[in-house]
Amino acid sequence: MTLKYTDIERLAMLSRLAVNETDYSAVCARLESVLALVDQLQAADTAGVQPMAHPLNASQALRADRITEFNQQQAFEILSDNTHEGLYLVPKVID
Amino acid sequence: MPWETVIGLEIHVQLATESKIFSGAGTRFGSAPNSQACAIDLAMPGTLPVLNRQAVDYALMFGLAIDADLPETSVFERKNYFYPDLPKGYQTTQLEKPIVGAGNIPINLPDGTLKNVRIHHAHLEEDAGKSLHEGSFNAAYSGIDLNRAGTPLIEIVTEPDLSNATEAVVFAKKLHGIVTSLGICDGHMAEGSMRFDVNISVRPRGSETLGTRTETKNLNSFKFMEEAIALEVNRQIDVLEDGGVITQETRLYNGDTKVARSMRSKEEANDYRYFPCPDLLPVTITKAHLQKLRLSLPELPDARAERLQQQFGIAAQEAEIFAYNPALSDYFEVAAKACNDALLAAHWTTGEVVRRLKTASLELHDSPVSAAQLSTLLKRVGDQTISGKIAKQVFEAMWLGEGDADQIISERGFKQVSDSSALEKIVGEVLAKNPEMVRDYVGTEESRRKKKLGGFMGQIMQASRGQANPQQVNRILVEKLNEAIHSASG
Repeated sequence: MTLKYTDIERLAMLSRLAVNETDYSAVCARLESVLALVDQLQAADTAGVQPMAHPLNASQALRADRITEFNQQQAFEILSDNTHEGLYLVPKVID
Repeated sequence: MPWETVIGLEIHVQLATESKIFSGAGTRFGSAPNSQACAIDLAMPGTLPVLNRQAVDYALMFGLAIDADLPETSVFERKNYFYPDLPKGYQTTQLEKPIVGAGNIPINLPDGTLKNVRIHHAHLEEDAGKSLHEGSFNAAYSGIDLNRAGTPLIEIVTEPDLSNATEAVVFAKKLHGIVTSLGICDGHMAEGSMRFDVNISVRPRGSETLGTRTETKNLNSFKFMEEAIALEVNRQIDVLEDGGVITQETRLYNGDTKVARSMRSKEEANDYRYFPCPDLLPVTITKAHLQKLRLSLPELPDARAERLQQQFGIAAQEAEIFAYNPALSDYFEVAAKACNDALLAAHWTTGEVVRRLKTASLELHDSPVSAAQLSTLLKRVGDQTISGKIAKQVFEAMWLGEGDADQIISERGFKQVSDSSALEKIVGEVLAKNPEMVRDYVGTEESRRKKKLGGFMGQIMQASRGQANPQQVNRILVEKLNEAIHSASG
C-alpha cells in the first residue's frame, strides 16, 4: 500500500502527533513497511479459524460491585500543573 | 408539500451500580470534584480494567425485559478520540458484539393505537468525565471533573421507527419506566442519569428513501426533547422548502433559551478507529445465568398496570401513573390495603401526595407522611369521622409533622358532626338568617333548584366550621326547603 502525504497529515491529526513536513517521507516509508507486514498477515489462510482473544481461551473475569478505592484526589493532583478547587484545568475546550 | 418525519433515538442510561464499570471507585452523584476518580479512571500507566459484574447483569436484565436477543459472548472495543474529559484517549465501549441484541418496546399512543418500536441493540460502555466551561477559574480554561468517568452506561439504540415528537416522548417515558422498574437506573434525568440523542430527518410523505439526518445530543428532560424535535423538524422543512439541503451535523439544544445550534464540525474526528480492547476478554454469558436473572426480574410497567386494575379496581389512568412509578405504586398498595379503600387511596396518592411532593420538590422516600399514616387518615374519611375537605386540612397538618391523623382530628375538634339534632339546628339557623334566599329557592323552577343548594351548603359548612357531615346536611336541607315550598303553596 502506498501512503500519500495527506494520509500522514490525517493520521497525525487523529493521533494528536506533531509531525514535521520534512519528516513526511521517512514516516511514510516506516508506516508502509508496517502495512506490508499487515498485508503479509492478511495473506495467511484463516478460513474456518476462530479469532483468538486469549491463548488460554479464557473469558473475562468479573468483580463484585463494591467500592474498594478511597479518595486520593490530593495525591493525584500533584501530577497536574494546573488545578483549581479539585478540578484539573486545561486550555478551554468547547464545541 | 406534505412532509413526514423519521426519528431514531440513542439513549444513554447510567446504571445504578455502587462502583464504576472498570474500577472500584464510587459513582455517587454530586461528590466533590475528582474525589471519586481513582488511578484506573485517570488512566494512570500500568492500570488495568476489571469488569463490574453488576453492570453486566443490569444490561442483561434490560435485554430480558425487552425480549432481546442475548448473545453468548460480547466484546469490548476502544473508540479512539481525544478530549480532556477522556483521560485514556479512548472510550471502552462495544460495537461489533454488543451485550444486548435486537429487541422490541411496544408503546401506547395517545389515540389508543399500539406501536412497536424496534431496538437495534444496547451496548455497555463507560461514561466520560465532565468539562466545566464556567466557574471561579480563569476563563481561558476548562475545569475537568473525572468523577463521572467510568460510570457504567448502557447505550440503547432504536431503529428509526418514531414519526413525531409525541411518539418520541411516549417512548422515552416508557423506557424510563422500564429501567426504573428494573432498578437498573435511578431515572434522575436532571442529574444526567438518562440522556437522549435524537436523530431526525424529514422526507416527502410517501417517499421510501430517508432524508439526511441531524443528531441533537444530550437532551435530559422529556420537555426539552419534545421542544428540540419540533424545532428541528420545522428547521429542516424550512431549509428544504427554500430549496436548500440538510447538512449531516450534530446539534445542541438549549432548553433555557429554546435555541439549537450546530456543534463544531467533527468531520475528521469521526474516524474513531475502533478495535477490540486488548485489556478485556470477551464476556461470556451462560444460559443458566440468564435463566437466574430472568426469574429475578421485578414487575414491569405493563404488567403492573394490568395487575393494579384487576386487583384493586382502580382506573386505567391511575394504574398508568403507578406503572411508571414503582415507588409511588408501592406506597399506594400499602395505603390501599391498610385502609381497605383502594379507590380512595389511589385518588389521594395520585392527587394530594403527588401534588405536595412536587410543591416541596421532594422524592417519595422523603415524604413526611408515610403510606401507613395516610391510610389512618383515609380510614377516618371512610367511616365519616371527617369529610374529604377536612381531611385535606388534617393531611396538611400531618405533612407539617404536627402528629398523626387521629391526634390532629381530636386535638382540633375536627370530628365531623353527624348528630341529626345538632345539624338540624344549624340548618334551621342558616335558613332563618336568609329569608331572601329561601324565597328565591321556593320561587325557582323545580328543575333548577338543585343549583341553588350550593349557597346554603356553603353557609352551613361555614357555620359548622366545615365539620358537618355533608351528605346529612344535604338531606336535612332539602327536607327543610321542601317544607318551605309546601307551606308557601299551602
